[in-house]
Amino acid sequence: METGKVMTMSDAVARFVPDGSAVAIGCCLEPLVPFAAGHELIRQGRTGLNLIGPISDSLFDQLIGAGCAARVTAAWVGNVSEGLGHNYRRAAESGQPKPLEIRDHSNFSIALALWAAAWATPYLPTRTLLGSDIIESNPDLVVADGLVRVAALKPDVTILHVQRADAAGRAHAWGPLGVAEEAALAAGRVILSCEELVDPEVILSDPNRVLVAEAKVVAVVPEPGGAHPAPVQGYWRRDHGFVRDYAERSRTREGFLEWLQEWVLAPPDRAAYLARLSDTEPLRIRRHRLSAPVDYGDE
Amino acid sequence: MSDRYTPQELMVAAAAREIADGDLVFVGMRLPILAYAVARSTHAPRARALYELGLLRDWPAEAFLGTMGDPPNVVGALWSTRLSNVMGVLAQGLADLGFIGGAEVDRFGNLNTSYIGDFRQPKVKLPGSGGGADIAILSRRWVTLLSHERRRLVDRVSYVTSPGYGDGSPGWRGRQGLPGGGPAAIVTTLAVLRFPPEGGEAHLDSVHPGHSVEEVRAETGWDLQVRPGAGETPGPSKRELEQIRRFDPDGFWTRRSEA
Repeated sequence: METGKVMTMSDAVARFVPDGSAVAIGCCLEPLVPFAAGHELIRQGRTGLNLIGPISDSLFDQLIGAGCAARVTAAWVGNVSEGLGHNYRRAAESGQPKPLEIRDHSNFSIALALWAAAWATPYLPTRTLLGSDIIESNPDLVVADGLVRVAALKPDVTILHVQRADAAGRAHAWGPLGVAEEAALAAGRVILSCEELVDPEVILSDPNRVLVAEAKVVAVVPEPGGAHPAPVQGYWRRDHGFVRDYAERSRTREGFLEWLQEWVLAPPDRAAYLARLSDTEPLRIRRHRLSAPVDYGDE
Repeated sequence: MSDRYTPQELMVAAAAREIADGDLVFVGMRLPILAYAVARSTHAPRARALYELGLLRDWPAEAFLGTMGDPPNVVGALWSTRLSNVMGVLAQGLADLGFIGGAEVDRFGNLNTSYIGDFRQPKVKLPGSGGGADIAILSRRWVTLLSHERRRLVDRVSYVTSPGYGDGSPGWRGRQGLPGGGPAAIVTTLAVLRFPPEGGEAHLDSVHPGHSVEEVRAETGWDLQVRPGAGETPGPSKRELEQIRRFDPDGFWTRRSEA
């Protein structure tokens, strides 16, 4: 069995996400946000990243506050249940901790930008964003012949958290998928973190559910709880209290730095982070709902 | 159950009444999630809901939702898919009604959720469009909800994230090539403002109980015209309040702790 792609998050980030990368991360909007991967980017001191995603809950706000980002290409940056992203505001309004270039999109247009790259076409035309000033502030959007041309957006690396994957890099993810498929198809390479590393027989028993072809996947990181505080269907609820605490503490730069030390810089890895949570039991999903198996019979 | 209600509970009830039975609703975040649940449980049992991250539902989730992506919102979904499929439904003109939250709205219904001040050097950076611009451009009609303050209801927004009726001139949306019908109403903490069917400028349609026309006009950043015959917004009915509290038991979204 191939195991060369299985590695720690530390190794995956060190090998495949150099400074200056365009990184799609947080592609499913609220669920399956790869917070563990984001925190490893911060611990390794990545800089100059272009963060790509529709809405990544509060992960982009954390990466911006930690000084990892030079540009953000997104539809919405904030804190989904709490509102404003305080680090995003500080960066955009006063260059703290670093100036930030912003490429605004809508959710639809960023999906189209990723599909354009996935299909190897320079742009896709659409009616969305006609009449919006987003066209004025984002040079990747041009009006021609009465339609908006959304330029292809190709991430160097797309990072996805999924429910299960095998060692060869084949992933099963379920629940709403946001832009995960197009982000993976468009990317130069894909890093997966997963709740469970399973045998290939499990994945290949249901090939319709495989998220992306294995060739692009360069790393598979077994990382249970790697999306906390974001939810994972069948595994984890959303930790609303944790998200609220982040929003309140990140109101000031000093408060954010204390939060960052406590939850990102001090714990060496995800296991240590999870151990800091007082009790993860209430966050684990207990009422399981299994889908009916499908029949791939062939003769 | 207390009959006293918060401004947010009234907003949810008013927003729910915008949903007609059988509507396909493009639900946004926060209060509209509750508005859909209330409408579906009262006067609109055949309504259906699209959620932009990639969900179609009929009955509302039987649990508090902090986000549309919380696991209970996936259980019993009619369709769990990718964002671009849901946006495709919207682009085909199949969404009867959309909801958009706003930081700043102007007399012609244009919404700003991006930048206060020059976008090159913003005074305030707001989170951005999310799916708001897509809903504003592509849905058949849409409603926005926001807190009624003079700094939020302005004569003209400095940046149009989600276009309403542009400069207010007749046919503006058609000239821009916008396929959807535009904003129908603005539901605030003080009042309901409504646009004429042909578009243009928002007029005061009804004032919430306990507030006056003068107060609403004073908190509005343009010379707000009052529709002849404008009355009082009906408060939430007992049935509506029951449903609001069923889906927001701790008052997280409707701020019952502050009442």
